[in-house]
Amino acid sequence: MITKEEVEHVGWLARIEIDAKQSDAYAEKLNSVLDYFGQLDEVDTEDVPPTYHVMDVVNVFRKDEVKESMPQEDVLANTEHKKEGNFKAPKIM
Amino acid sequence: MAAWTDISGIRQKIADSSAEEVTASYIETIKQSKINGFTTTWDEAINIAREIDAKGHEGPLAGVPIAIKENISTKGLSTTCSSKILQGYVPPYDAHVIEKLKEAGAVIIGKTNMDEFAMGSSTESSCYGPTLNPWDHERVPGGSSGGSAAVVAAGEVPVSLGSDTGGSVRCPAAFCGVVGLKPTYGCISRYGLISYANSLEQIGPLATNVADIAAVMDVVAGYDNRDSTSINRENNYSAALKDDVKGMKIGVPDEYFGEGIDEKVNNAVWDAISKFEDMGATYEKVSMPHTKYALAAYYIIAMSEASSNLARFDGTRYGLRVEGDNWHVMASKTRAEGFGPEVQRRILLGTYALSAGYHDKYYLKALKVRTLVKQDFDKALANVDVLMAPTMPAHAFKMGEKINDPLSLYLADVNTVPINLAGVPSISVPCGLVAHEMPAGLQIIGKHFDENTIIKAAYSFEQNTDYHTERPKGVQ
Repeated sequence: MITKEEVEHVGWLARIEIDAKQSDAYAEKLNSVLDYFGQLDEVDTEDVPPTYHVMDVVNVFRKDEVKESMPQEDVLANTEHKKEGNFKAPKIM
Repeated sequence: MAAWTDISGIRQKIADSSAEEVTASYIETIKQSKINGFTTTWDEAINIAREIDAKGHEGPLAGVPIAIKENISTKGLSTTCSSKILQGYVPPYDAHVIEKLKEAGAVIIGKTNMDEFAMGSSTESSCYGPTLNPWDHERVPGGSSGGSAAVVAAGEVPVSLGSDTGGSVRCPAAFCGVVGLKPTYGCISRYGLISYANSLEQIGPLATNVADIAAVMDVVAGYDNRDSTSINRENNYSAALKDDVKGMKIGVPDEYFGEGIDEKVNNAVWDAISKFEDMGATYEKVSMPHTKYALAAYYIIAMSEASSNLARFDGTRYGLRVEGDNWHVMASKTRAEGFGPEVQRRILLGTYALSAGYHDKYYLKALKVRTLVKQDFDKALANVDVLMAPTMPAHAFKMGEKINDPLSLYLADVNTVPINLAGVPSISVPCGLVAHEMPAGLQIIGKHFDENTIIKAAYSFEQNTDYHTERPKGVQ
């Protein structure tokens, strides 16, 4: 069971502001899904390795070559919040 | 009037008139659309068609109009994942598949509607409003590539691209009575596909017939070093278009005909399997015992990956920004306002499943169950050439019926998500009209990188039945 307080904490971790008034409603919907997920407890997975990816591809390397990158103005074209070639954001601390 | 025309028919029309005329006529059809399948049409399309005329129709798809799902990056053309958080975003680069389509001479005619960030099976959660099913405007077209399927079914474009994370190409193909392919994981580069659940999803084509699916695959599939999961192997998909299933061994997994399956859909799929027997194939029942756990494992993995992939939408570099005193407040407010309810739920659940204390119980457990589901496929496909099952357990549901109950919506995906967990290819083809004159889909599943066997089976079925000639009212 996920509690109202946990919903607010997870909201903070996920950087989604959750109004205290909404957190009850959220908890109810999330719990109905988590109850359903609980059915996996009945599967015996002892000694079963996890599958992160279905293809056996590991360590895909490429040559360390300098290539042309996207022009800075193209990268910054999707925001009004920029200054001297950088993205501009409010203070982080 | 809107009509189904296949790629060879379009190429003939272009030879008789011009790519410009063909493009203009599709744009006219789209303007009169009542189904809200397109989010935008591209103003440049007509100029590009004119250039293709000037160049003399080079390339396998020269002048052929194609529609692209809202989550595939198109340089200079808005790409929003049908989300408020990406409003106004115009990609500065093309996805790999778009580069390939342009090289082949295809004309990108516009972008198609989807469930927000591909999270849904009904195309109702789009910030542009729902897409209507062309067969019955009160019903959903399926999802999440609902726009891409609906515009093909409505004759507004001959072919389209969607993406399939847990059934998002096959579900709308089945609900809209068209053909849709989810290729093997690694077959098509995901470079430029905006990630939702990166270990599960593949771009896939939708069309009115199997030959057009193969024609698009011949263009868009192939190795790309910008996607580290891209697999380097050559294939000719159109070479599989043979009417020959003699001796083909079909496996029919009981678990895909379980609780909740509509009787008429069940019958339509069994009729299809009988047809394959008449055509010289044989079938046997197979058991895939972990199928019942696939849905929960799928959703845990998809939500966990989503919580990480969607972290980039924070108001800093593109899209919506809601101001706040510091970066955390700005990001939290932006994401609360920019993401719709289902996307928020999935991010929260994914964050929870990955958080300290719950990681092993949910995420790691789901990855282990994924191994068991994949082993079911390995075992079943070791003895047969293909598996056959209903794509969806029922025909398209009514708009509004499931949108407020997330779990009931998830349950609709029960027959499509195991395929993504295993990474195998699967094609959905129409197999007749069921209740309310709505189409049903037959799902043909193959071995890793054995697209050609499922394409051959689907093509043979099409050649020996008339189901693919059924189309929505008002479409020729």
